[in-house]
Amino acid sequence: MNNQQAKAEPFLKVRGLTKMFGNFTALKHLDLDVSESEFVCFLGPSGCGKTTFLRAIAGLDIQTKGSIIQAGKDISALPPAERDFGIVFQSYALFPNLTVRRNVAYGLENEGKDKRAVNARVDELLKLVGLPDQADKYPAQLSGGQQQRIALARALATSPGLLLLDEPLSALDAKVRGYLRHQIKDLQEQLGVTTIMVTHDQEEALTMADRIVVMDNGIIEQVGTPTEIYREPRTLFVADFIGEMTQVEAVATSSSSAQLGNIQLATTQFDGDKGDAGVLTIRPEDILVYTSKKKSGDNIFAAKIDELEFLGSFWRAMISSDKLGSSRLKADISINVARDISLTDGMELVVELPQRSLRFYPGEKLL
Amino acid sequence: MTVIPASERVKPKLGRDDWVMRSFIAVIGVYLVVTLAFPLYAMLSKSLSTFQFDLTQFELQIDKGDGWSDTISVKQLNDKIGKYSSAELNTSSDGRLPIVSMLPDFSFRGKTKYRLRNVGDKSFFIHGSEQILGTKWHEYSSNEFRRVMLRPIKSIGFGNFIQYFSTPALFNSISNSLFIAFISTIITISLAFTFSYALARSKMRGKGIFKIIAMMPILVPSLLPGIALVYLFGNQGMIKGLMGGYSIYGPIGIVIGSVFFTFPHAMIIIQTALSISDARLYEASDALGASKFKTFMTVTLPGARYGLISAAFVVFNLVITDFGLPKVIGGQYNVLAVDIYKQVIGQQNFEMGAVVSVVLLIPAMFAFGVDRMVQAKQVAMLSASSVPYQPKPNKRFDRTMLAYCLLIAGFIITIIGVCQYAALVKFWPYDLTFSLTNYDFDLMDGGGWGSFYNSLKLAIMVAIIGTVVVFTGAYMVEKVPGFGAGRTTFQFLAMLPMAIPGMVLGLAYIFFFNNPSNPVNFIYGTMAILVVCTVTHFYTVSHLTALTALKQMDKEFESVSASLKQPFYKLFARVTVPVCLPAILDISIYLFVNAMTTVSALIFLYSPDTTLASIAMLNMDDAGDIAPAAAMGMMIFYANATARTLHAWASKGIYKTTQAWRTR
Ligand SMILES: Nc1ncnc2c1ncn2[C@@H]1O[C@H](COP(=O)(O)OP(=O)(O)OP(=O)(O)O)[C@@H](O)[C@H]1O
Ligand SMILES: [Mg+2]
Repeated sequence: MNNQQAKAEPFLKVRGLTKMFGNFTALKHLDLDVSESEFVCFLGPSGCGKTTFLRAIAGLDIQTKGSIIQAGKDISALPPAERDFGIVFQSYALFPNLTVRRNVAYGLENEGKDKRAVNARVDELLKLVGLPDQADKYPAQLSGGQQQRIALARALATSPGLLLLDEPLSALDAKVRGYLRHQIKDLQEQLGVTTIMVTHDQEEALTMADRIVVMDNGIIEQVGTPTEIYREPRTLFVADFIGEMTQVEAVATSSSSAQLGNIQLATTQFDGDKGDAGVLTIRPEDILVYTSKKKSGDNIFAAKIDELEFLGSFWRAMISSDKLGSSRLKADISINVARDISLTDGMELVVELPQRSLRFYPGEKLL
Repeated sequence: MTVIPASERVKPKLGRDDWVMRSFIAVIGVYLVVTLAFPLYAMLSKSLSTFQFDLTQFELQIDKGDGWSDTISVKQLNDKIGKYSSAELNTSSDGRLPIVSMLPDFSFRGKTKYRLRNVGDKSFFIHGSEQILGTKWHEYSSNEFRRVMLRPIKSIGFGNFIQYFSTPALFNSISNSLFIAFISTIITISLAFTFSYALARSKMRGKGIFKIIAMMPILVPSLLPGIALVYLFGNQGMIKGLMGGYSIYGPIGIVIGSVFFTFPHAMIIIQTALSISDARLYEASDALGASKFKTFMTVTLPGARYGLISAAFVVFNLVITDFGLPKVIGGQYNVLAVDIYKQVIGQQNFEMGAVVSVVLLIPAMFAFGVDRMVQAKQVAMLSASSVPYQPKPNKRFDRTMLAYCLLIAGFIITIIGVCQYAALVKFWPYDLTFSLTNYDFDLMDGGGWGSFYNSLKLAIMVAIIGTVVVFTGAYMVEKVPGFGAGRTTFQFLAMLPMAIPGMVLGLAYIFFFNNPSNPVNFIYGTMAILVVCTVTHFYTVSHLTALTALKQMDKEFESVSASLKQPFYKLFARVTVPVCLPAILDISIYLFVNAMTTVSALIFLYSPDTTLASIAMLNMDDAGDIAPAAAMGMMIFYANATARTLHAWASKGIYKTTQAWRTR
């Protein structure tokens, strides 16, 4: 859906966003488009500026420079109360002295609003988040996951155009987290509300987001769908940050091949030339292994299993080869393949590093 | 649609909330500036203003019937007869020098005529109430001339301080004050530490009642123990034989009284310090087989050290700035706080009063600074995982501690009991029948029952207005986004009152508010200035209480409320205030009790219409009506005890009803 909508005017348009705290630049000239009804995750290591970015969009900490346009309206300098968003914080910030009902109704109870309408809306919201019978409890009487959903209901009460979530699940234990991921995602799709969620949990981002914004040190490293981010990381940082990745030092021999030890490997196209030193990467599960010597061709060579470790659904092997010099590769071998080739420690075999999975980052150092 | 160019700084548009909140900060900030910064500035500049008769500025001609003499400078006149030394020409802003005192053969019946003029426009003289400026000659008959007074010239400098430090009668007070404060601090801290230790580490009975008794001195003015001591050890004291010939009037009386009134303050701080030390350390120490004494020396004392230091400086500060007690029982023993009073009320020498105030500010500021530093350290020591200590029974230790606590409680009860007895006895020591005549305040000086009602009125107003101002101010400081410099200034102003002795604040108020050119001069002499002064005087502790409560609230409440497009005052009324209600009640009772008992600042500011109970006590005592003073002291005690009980009861009720959400 992203490709079609990208053509239309984006719902949220951020341009040149810069945020300074004194002399420290927390966000450096960020550009970002978010389409209507999209679920976007800000992902990055701690301190990279995710929360700062989110708060700038909310108007809670207004950016130093740059503009934000939401639904065609320039909201760059507006205070939070004049913007259109709902927000859920990591701490939930539920009002402790108000019942669940009053918490959810907080944004609805304006002067002259009908009490019955408000109550009906609250009931509807509580049903939506799956807690229809908790209305008269106080927040302290609910579990963390329930509190989280009440906070969500409160944020959605006024039907905001934009939903902002700052690490909404990080205070919960793994099981509840897994369950709530789905619930939030379903809810978001059901309501079609444009959502931005901050997280430092890549699994969360990969499972929930339509698109992921990977950030590091106040800049956006890459924006893309989960598969794009996973399959085609644009920078070594993204490659390293998302999923498992083997990194080895290599030298380019053209703009789509690199020399590693004694072997020249065909890689995906990259922005560099013969002689550029850099880092070659491949995901462990992308490495293919065979027993027969029949197989030959590009990126195929004889190798040996150095170490083997059983990790439940797959085997993790360390592979060495004369061709590779001193470098070793990490390969994840599925149980089925392992059985087919009767995988054992120390065995000799043939390895293929598929060209489409090999990416070379010229000018980079090992991370 | 215009888009802000990327290179341009974004100027956040202020919402309505921002404006309202900023105006609130500004209003309360201005309040603190006007009620604190300006008066202190006025006092400082007063202490640096010196007044001197500059005799070179006046010229005289005399006509003894044979025509006008040659013009003669008044300085020459003085030099010729050697009437005034240059030191004697130093004076205060009110100084008046009769010109005729330098004319040895002057007689107001004489026929001699005189002419006087100013040499320049720096000086002036007065004739009756008429001010005479300028260099024109003014002619007077002998009879008129005796009413001509020279007036001093003001200059800025350290003259007053030089004079202060060259007057032994004055600067001796410094060592007296330091001595008293030092001795009282050592005694109070030792006693309070042992007491708190008994409460925290023993299994003795009656801890609850001991805590209540130990807090009682807070409910009475500091001069009440002075009165009790007079009854016990004074010239006609019940047990004056125990004094072995020493007089209670002087350092001994001040120290005993100071220990009494500072005891609860020290106990609260030390108790907190002892209660946060981690039980696991004790268990470890026990497991290692350490003796009780060794555990005490290696675990208890080091754990409580910040509390002890902080308590010591608080006590020191309380004693050195206290006025009521040394006034009642100090006798001839001069201390700084009483000196201020004597200079201002006794001698009308406001400049010297200001100088003593500045001198008193130095140790008070120092003690305050140390206390703040130490408090910060103690907070850092509080680890979230500390486990509270559960004492185990130990018969001998528990019995010793019980005996000790009985002794302390006995001392406190005795002081208050003696006062009650004194109030009820008809005429000590001659007529020991009980009666209520001493409560007939309307028959005495000091404002009668009106004073008591004024005090109640003051305390209620201070409690209500003060709580609103302080809590709102603290909320704004804590929650208004941005606005860094304003916040820092505000925070500084809010902390300052703690370092300002009451006498100093009161005097500063005279200088600032009693100035006819001050636009708010009209509040001088009214109840309003008493309220304002008292709120400011006790601002800091209230502010800190409010801040502590506010800091415990989630800092995102404001963000959530704004995102739901609700005005900040809705959040304030619906969430902030209800959640902080216990702290709000604490602030109001603190302000009430202090307004009932305070003397120091208000002694300079009350008027015949606004006499107060604590000050009436002082004035009755001064006039020799000691029994009625004791009776008034007991009235204050009853009022405060009632208020405290109501507070405890209200807190409990509130906890039960509106704070149901605290419990799961
Ligand atoms: N109010 C502030 N003043 C100064 N520096 C700040 C402020 N808020 C954030 N920073 C700094 O800006 C950077 C980004 O902070 P931010 O909170 O956005 O990180 P984050 O990506 O949300 O991290 P986390 O995953 O730990 O929440 C950090 O280096 C942080 O120290
Ligand atoms: Mg964050």
